[in-house]
Amino acid sequence: MLKIKEYVKVNSLEEAYELNQKKSSRVLGGMVWMKMMNRSVGTAIDLSGLGLDTVKETEDEFVIGCMTSLRTLETHAGLNACTDGAVRESLRHIVGVQFRNCATAGGSIYGRFGFSDVLTMFLALDSYVELYKGGRISMEEFAEKKADRDILVNIIVKKHHQRSAYVSQRNAKTDFPVLACAVCLDEEGMRLSIGARPGRAALLKEKMDTPVNKKDMSAGEWNRQAELLAKKAAECVVTGSNMRASKEYRTHLVRVLTKRALLAAGGMENGN
Amino acid sequence: MEIKFILNGKKMQVDAAPDLLLLDLLREKGCYSVKRGCETANCGLCTVLMDKKPVLSCSMLAVRADGHEIVTLEGMQREAEEFGSFLADQGAEQCGFCNPGFIMNVFAMLEEMKEPTEEEIGEYLAGNLCRCSGFMGQTRSILAFLKYKKEQREGGSDR
Amino acid sequence: MSYVNKPVRKKDAMALVTGQPVYTDDLAPKDCLVVKVLRSPHAHAWIEEIRTENAMKVPGIACILTYEDVPQDRFTMAGQTYPEFSPYDRLILDRRMRFVGDAAAIVAGETEKAVDRALKIIKVKYKVLEPVLDFHKAKDNAVCIHPEDNWESRFPVGADNKRNLCAHAEEGDGDVEKILADCDCVVERTYHTKANQQAMMETFRSYTYMDHFGRLNIVSSTQVPFHVRRILGRALGIGASKVRVIKPRIGGGFGAKQTLVSEVYPAIVTVKTGKPAKMIFSRYESQICSSPRHEMELKVRIGADREGTIRAIDVYTLSNTGAFGEHGPTTVGLSGHKSIALYRNTEAYRFVYDVVYTNQMSAGAYRGYGATQGIFAVESAVNELAEKLHMDPVVLREKNMTKEGGRFIGYDGGTEVTSCALDRCMARAKEMFHWDEKFPRRVMENGKVRGVGVAMAMQGSSIAGVDVGGASVKLNEDGSYTLSLGATDMGTGCDTVLSQMAADTLMTDYDNIVVFGVDTDISPYDSGSYASATTYIAGKAVVKACESLKERIWDLGAGMLEVPREETDFDGSRVSRKDGSGAVSLEEIGIRGTFGNNDSLQVTENASSPISPPPFMVGMAEVEVDRETGSVEMIDYVAVVDCGTPINPNLARVQTEGGIAQGIGMALFEDIQYSERGQMLNNSLMQYKIPTRLDVGKIRVDFESSFEGSHPFGAKSIGEIVIDTPCPAIAAAVYNAAGVRVSEMPITPEKVAMGIAGIECENCKKDEF
Repeated sequence: MLKIKEYVKVNSLEEAYELNQKKSSRVLGGMVWMKMMNRSVGTAIDLSGLGLDTVKETEDEFVIGCMTSLRTLETHAGLNACTDGAVRESLRHIVGVQFRNCATAGGSIYGRFGFSDVLTMFLALDSYVELYKGGRISMEEFAEKKADRDILVNIIVKKHHQRSAYVSQRNAKTDFPVLACAVCLDEEGMRLSIGARPGRAALLKEKMDTPVNKKDMSAGEWNRQAELLAKKAAECVVTGSNMRASKEYRTHLVRVLTKRALLAAGGMENGN
Repeated sequence: MEIKFILNGKKMQVDAAPDLLLLDLLREKGCYSVKRGCETANCGLCTVLMDKKPVLSCSMLAVRADGHEIVTLEGMQREAEEFGSFLADQGAEQCGFCNPGFIMNVFAMLEEMKEPTEEEIGEYLAGNLCRCSGFMGQTRSILAFLKYKKEQREGGSDR
Repeated sequence: MSYVNKPVRKKDAMALVTGQPVYTDDLAPKDCLVVKVLRSPHAHAWIEEIRTENAMKVPGIACILTYEDVPQDRFTMAGQTYPEFSPYDRLILDRRMRFVGDAAAIVAGETEKAVDRALKIIKVKYKVLEPVLDFHKAKDNAVCIHPEDNWESRFPVGADNKRNLCAHAEEGDGDVEKILADCDCVVERTYHTKANQQAMMETFRSYTYMDHFGRLNIVSSTQVPFHVRRILGRALGIGASKVRVIKPRIGGGFGAKQTLVSEVYPAIVTVKTGKPAKMIFSRYESQICSSPRHEMELKVRIGADREGTIRAIDVYTLSNTGAFGEHGPTTVGLSGHKSIALYRNTEAYRFVYDVVYTNQMSAGAYRGYGATQGIFAVESAVNELAEKLHMDPVVLREKNMTKEGGRFIGYDGGTEVTSCALDRCMARAKEMFHWDEKFPRRVMENGKVRGVGVAMAMQGSSIAGVDVGGASVKLNEDGSYTLSLGATDMGTGCDTVLSQMAADTLMTDYDNIVVFGVDTDISPYDSGSYASATTYIAGKAVVKACESLKERIWDLGAGMLEVPREETDFDGSRVSRKDGSGAVSLEEIGIRGTFGNNDSLQVTENASSPISPPPFMVGMAEVEVDRETGSVEMIDYVAVVDCGTPINPNLARVQTEGGIAQGIGMALFEDIQYSERGQMLNNSLMQYKIPTRLDVGKIRVDFESSFEGSHPFGAKSIGEIVIDTPCPAIAAAVYNAAGVRVSEMPITPEKVAMGIAGIECENCKKDEF
């Protein structure tokens, strides 16, 4: 059972930061994960009074407050228009509406969970994390980073001329993914992220021609490219076994899902 | 710490331990309709409305209810009877243990969508487990209820 | 005015849908002690020392019990009629730990926090022993799980604790080997099903208190109140007369609560402390230390001639009962009895089984009770046989299925097929499903493949010659009736169904019947709600009691009219003189019953049955397989059931839909996995996924009813049979779609995809050469 000695609804990020310097302190997200942990928390820091629960859209980016619920992201028209519904697709399988009303974007990203659909999705987008002290760092860098005592304030998604897709394989409809795959094609090329390997999501970036940056690319050519990339991903993405599936099956899925996501993002055909 | 919130329309002022879960507070306050079916936020039995949105009271610290409005099935008895009679007419209430959480989420769904399709119903309620009914009867009851509500609305506009 | 075969609302419906506090934990006194159990981290260990002094010092702790504090007579927690088939192999707390999660100590305290604190500081020194974790290696293993001298099997079930053997038997008729050798076509295959969890939404729970007579009262979410009373009387060493059991509303059972999973812990705390106590199982505990389905491995051989006449069936079942033998000797029987008997032409059959102890969680009763496992195996083999014979599996079954008026082969619940509409079930299912258009597969535009599969099933209706249904009915002074039941409504609606039968028998209004159950001090004895018994056996008792009460009412009414009874009529609401010269109403008779009356207007009756007439059904599944990912999507499931007369068509339908959904979970993703150290990994609803409404596709149900003459309304059972067809029907559908035969449940996408990849590799190799 989770035990909490003290609960503080902070009035400022500075207050949160200071309280969080103690090892026994924890910043609360949506609580759905933290509640399951059998641990003692000295000070539980609640950021919910800081107005960080909304998505702000500007001309060139989305700023997602750390306390924004997954359900808010899932139903956000702008974010989904920009990602061709990939954000919605990455979230709608997660347990249920009530769960997603509780779970927060910040909590999901901060946890850097291996099974995370959310991290898998954001890694593929040109996205950043804004830390109270650490400032803005790329999602990729954040994902690699060990947990420290900084405060995750916002998640930023840069707008591009882009197309995205999200596909995942699950043993049951609202289960964790056995493998998840997010793709974003933009001006520069491709960003592919593979999650639930079962380790933390891995990112592959490639500067290349795609139907997004090269308008006259034929379907046949993209199909060939997708095939090659899928093969490459299957070769270089490290997978493992857990109770949901074996390493071998996951590697098989890396190939299948990567190709599907690439084709879908390239506007060729739907993924699964 | 002391918190103030509105429970089923009534102002509440309680002293809540920092790790008390909303689910346990609600049961302490006599809202026995709120059930716990798991410890892992997977079953949906503990669903209550917080500021009209469905949340899992098993994953919500009671102190976080401070300043908010919480509604359980105890606060929606008339609506529960109205919708519940459709569930009962299918025999789909079965053991009844998942009913309160399920019905609260049905109300939340209807708050967001006037006439959800079968697909939308499935997706919205996917977080509400039921081990007895196989879900078909629940869906039938919702569809029948929607039809009844629509007829009521349209009948009303004719008059 | 008739209520049987009408979809009336459940008696308790409005209380349930409005969330009234009617379940165990809603009713428990607020000040009762919280009871929890310290659980073994080892699969097999011996407690060398257990120190509780420091834990006792935690403020609020009322008592801590260890193996030194409990009676030493062994007992079984299986809720079965005495003498139980299940071995007496339990103590409330034992020194030997037999699985990860076994009870090492009981802690009771004023708050959950105090109890949790105490649990943490109890010091146990375990001598870790080698566990038996592979059920194939359990029999005659050097490691003995129950070496104790007072282990006892009270019934000759072929058990031998020194051999880790909980039961063994060999049955059969004819020379199976000879017939199989003579068959044109033989299928031989091994099937494996897992220890699925019932996962009812309300976990195991009970609370206890001492009453003013010094008796132990237990309010429990149980299917078997009378067995709880008897078993606790023995386990606690206080005798059954000192125990009273009350069953409130139950949040689902599915067989799980046919075992005394939770009762004993608060009970012993109340006996020791005199204080009220409650034990609410966490979902974690409900997953790792409860009473799931018996894991079984079945070897099936089945032979037919070229024309498709099934001539021989040979079934060997190896069943894993886990650490204790609850329901071990009995579940296994159904794996053969309910599968072999589906076929009528068999010249020879053999059914052999071993039930073994292992250091895993003890198994128990789960809807289907062995039949589910056996039917998966035999029906899958029949589907494979059809393919080998190049026959439609529907046609093969039509040729061989059991028929009304015939004789059962290998069935233990009767020799004559007294009622059976299996042929009509098949015809109706075929029509609803459009089988002929869909068999065996269709390639869809998106490249996915839809395959179809079929299976048949039968179950029983009560345990023949054993189960007892009880009912007591009385006329009240206002002309209403009170129907007292010993059968336990666990959400399925038996209080309602039995009231419908009572209303029809008494020719009264359904709303004129007040129903009550169960309190072992008040209710008539009933073996409990299991073995698909209630509608059939308790139904018979209800009708008997109502018929008998009707006679008494009539007699009293005639007496009031001062004419011989022959000169009167009784229409349910009044007794009247045939000549029309006078009448008395039911209410007047009721009042008369309380006024200078010598004849009780209350009747209690029992019923038992020498036969267990099976319900039958056909299930047809359509799945869509993604040949790359291996995903299996449920598209359509058609079930046509012969449960005799459906007393309440709505409730029968929802039973069927619910059973099929559970079967779909078992077939597709409900898995039980153990770590190398014997730890059960699927220990939450996060790691043990049960179907959501998105996982089950469309389930369509219809009824083709036979009339079972041994029941007053022609009814048989429905509760269990409905879980039996999904595994074989879905496995066959997946095979027809993907070419992969999965013989171990569940059929995960991985098994399908890797199977397809394997087949494709095979084909490549073939092409190369």
